[in-house]
Amino acid sequence: MKVLLIAEYRDGTLMGSTYELLAFADKLGAETVMFLAGSEQVQPAYDGTLYLAEATDCGEYNPEGHRELILSVVEKEKPDLVVFSHSSYGWDLAPRVALALRAPQISEVVEIGEEGDYVVPACNAKLRRRLAGEAPVTVLTLQAGAFNPQGAPSGTPHLEKLTTTTSASLEFLGYEEAEKAEVDLAKAEVIVSAGRGIGKPENMALVAALAEALGGEYAASRPVVDAGWADHSRQVGTTGQTVAPKLYVACGISGAIQHLAGMKKSGFIVAINTDKDAPIGEVADVLVVADLKQFVPALTAKLKG
Amino acid sequence: MKILVCVKQVPDMESKFAVNSAGTWIDSADLAWRMNEYDEYAVEQAVRLKEQVGEADITVLSIGPDRVVETIKKALAMGGDRGIHVKDELSHDKDPFQIATLIAGVAREQNFDVLFFGMQSQDRGSAQVGVLVGEMLKMAVVTTVVEFGFEDGRITVKRELEGGNRAKVRLGLPAAVTCQLGLNTPRYPTLPNIMKAKKKELTVVEVATLAPAEALVRTRNMYPPSKKGGGLVLEGDAAELADKLVRILKEKTTVLK
Ligand SMILES: Cc1cc2nc3c(=O)[nH]c(=O)nc-3n(C[C@H](O)[C@H](O)[C@H](O)COP(=O)(O)OP(=O)(O)OC[C@H]3O[C@@H](n4cnc5c(N)ncnc54)[C@H](O)[C@@H]3O)c2cc1C
Repeated sequence: MKVLLIAEYRDGTLMGSTYELLAFADKLGAETVMFLAGSEQVQPAYDGTLYLAEATDCGEYNPEGHRELILSVVEKEKPDLVVFSHSSYGWDLAPRVALALRAPQISEVVEIGEEGDYVVPACNAKLRRRLAGEAPVTVLTLQAGAFNPQGAPSGTPHLEKLTTTTSASLEFLGYEEAEKAEVDLAKAEVIVSAGRGIGKPENMALVAALAEALGGEYAASRPVVDAGWADHSRQVGTTGQTVAPKLYVACGISGAIQHLAGMKKSGFIVAINTDKDAPIGEVADVLVVADLKQFVPALTAKLKG
Repeated sequence: MKILVCVKQVPDMESKFAVNSAGTWIDSADLAWRMNEYDEYAVEQAVRLKEQVGEADITVLSIGPDRVVETIKKALAMGGDRGIHVKDELSHDKDPFQIATLIAGVAREQNFDVLFFGMQSQDRGSAQVGVLVGEMLKMAVVTTVVEFGFEDGRITVKRELEGGNRAKVRLGLPAAVTCQLGLNTPRYPTLPNIMKAKKKELTVVEVATLAPAEALVRTRNMYPPSKKGGGLVLEGDAAELADKLVRILKEKTTVLK
């Protein structure tokens, strides 16, 4: 089996997810080639052929241009799989490549199935599906963190340079950094985090009081931040902060993958949820099945008393 | 300006899910249904764009069995002008390529200027349909939009990247956009608008009248994830649970003195 891995580069940096693609290929025992629209200065440590297009020529965000480049590599290498990260780069580009190839695409792969199939989550990770492609070449995107590299990457790639003349219908105007943190959650030993289950903004106070009683900081999941009930700098997850406190208390948080990605390295995880089947239970050391509106004040009172 | 918004009806994610008898998708009995969260942002942005440009017409499209009409009506009550229901009892068996082919089939002749989609559905999460439809219709496509502006006939968006960083992108019309959480604050339909929505035009298209596509992805089976062993589950009275948890925290962590 031969796989084409689509490495990722942004703003002068090679994204670490590139090595997860290699870990995936290793697990399959597949032969690999790699594609990168980036820079010769930022090559991955990789022992194989790297098809390289300079981002200064083809544009850093130019999915149409990158699609054409990738198609030219597919044409030449005839891979069985084209593999992207399930990231802002991957989910934007993969369907374009899949459509051009009339190839099936399987998104957010978390595991390799037994018989040439791939496992993906469904219904907020409450279920899993095993999917298989029905064509000679299949496009995959891999869930972040699902395939962890073993050991330090090594090797120097053999470069094959690519050039493009594709003009794009999208004009990339540059990057904007996330706003700087009002609190440094990375330093907190205890984090009490509020999810949509808090129901209304007034209940933020319950969560903040528990955080105070435990001598820690409060944080939030994305819907709470989107609703304006907490500052963005307190958001935990892929598009927020990554934290690893000694104790993480998730109040009314379902445990969507993008949230877990930001907190699953916490030392001890307590989840408070009315739903016994909430996916947060997968990572929690203790799942308290309760209404947070009753339980959180009871716990706070107990700690203070 | 002609605008299309595609909405999907999904089960409430807090439901208890069971796998259907074919073993390929969820059993739809006893579920509560709602509009895919990401699509609510898409509908809201379409309505805001109409409010900005004045002259615009918003078509809301959904594929699925009869119950999806409720979701179309919600979008109409939020400000959509007309609905298209592609009636398909088997939409849950179709892969993203097949769904996109159906949408493109309906949209192709209608010359929409802007297409709005949610970036993914909450039940499948493939994040493919919006991109596929836009590409099938040869439009500029941009994904994961958290800021949307329209000026001088062009769209300027911010795409969300990992870590909360953003990329600014400009595109001309026609264009397809997939919407991410936080793009706006979706409005609640008011009672008068819910009443008005009942009278808005709703076209039913039988799926059999559209050109189908072959499935590219096959579902082998579906199952609940195996439970991680070791995690403790506590149930009961709040005060007693608090006692128990404090004891556990004292034993297992160093944060309580
Ligand atoms: C590209 C991308 C990036 C994302 N980035 C992030 C990110 O950085 N961070 C993030 O958090 N999310 C992120 N998300 C969103 C993520 O997918 C989920 O939508 C989000 O994490 C859900 O938040 P939640 O758990 O608070 O809400 P929900 O999923 O709605 O869960 C609410 C939970 O509360 C429980 N509940 C309800 N009432 C009560 C009660 N009274 N007492 C106790 N429990 C109760 C429910 O059972 C449920 O489990 C991202 C999504 C995408 C697509």
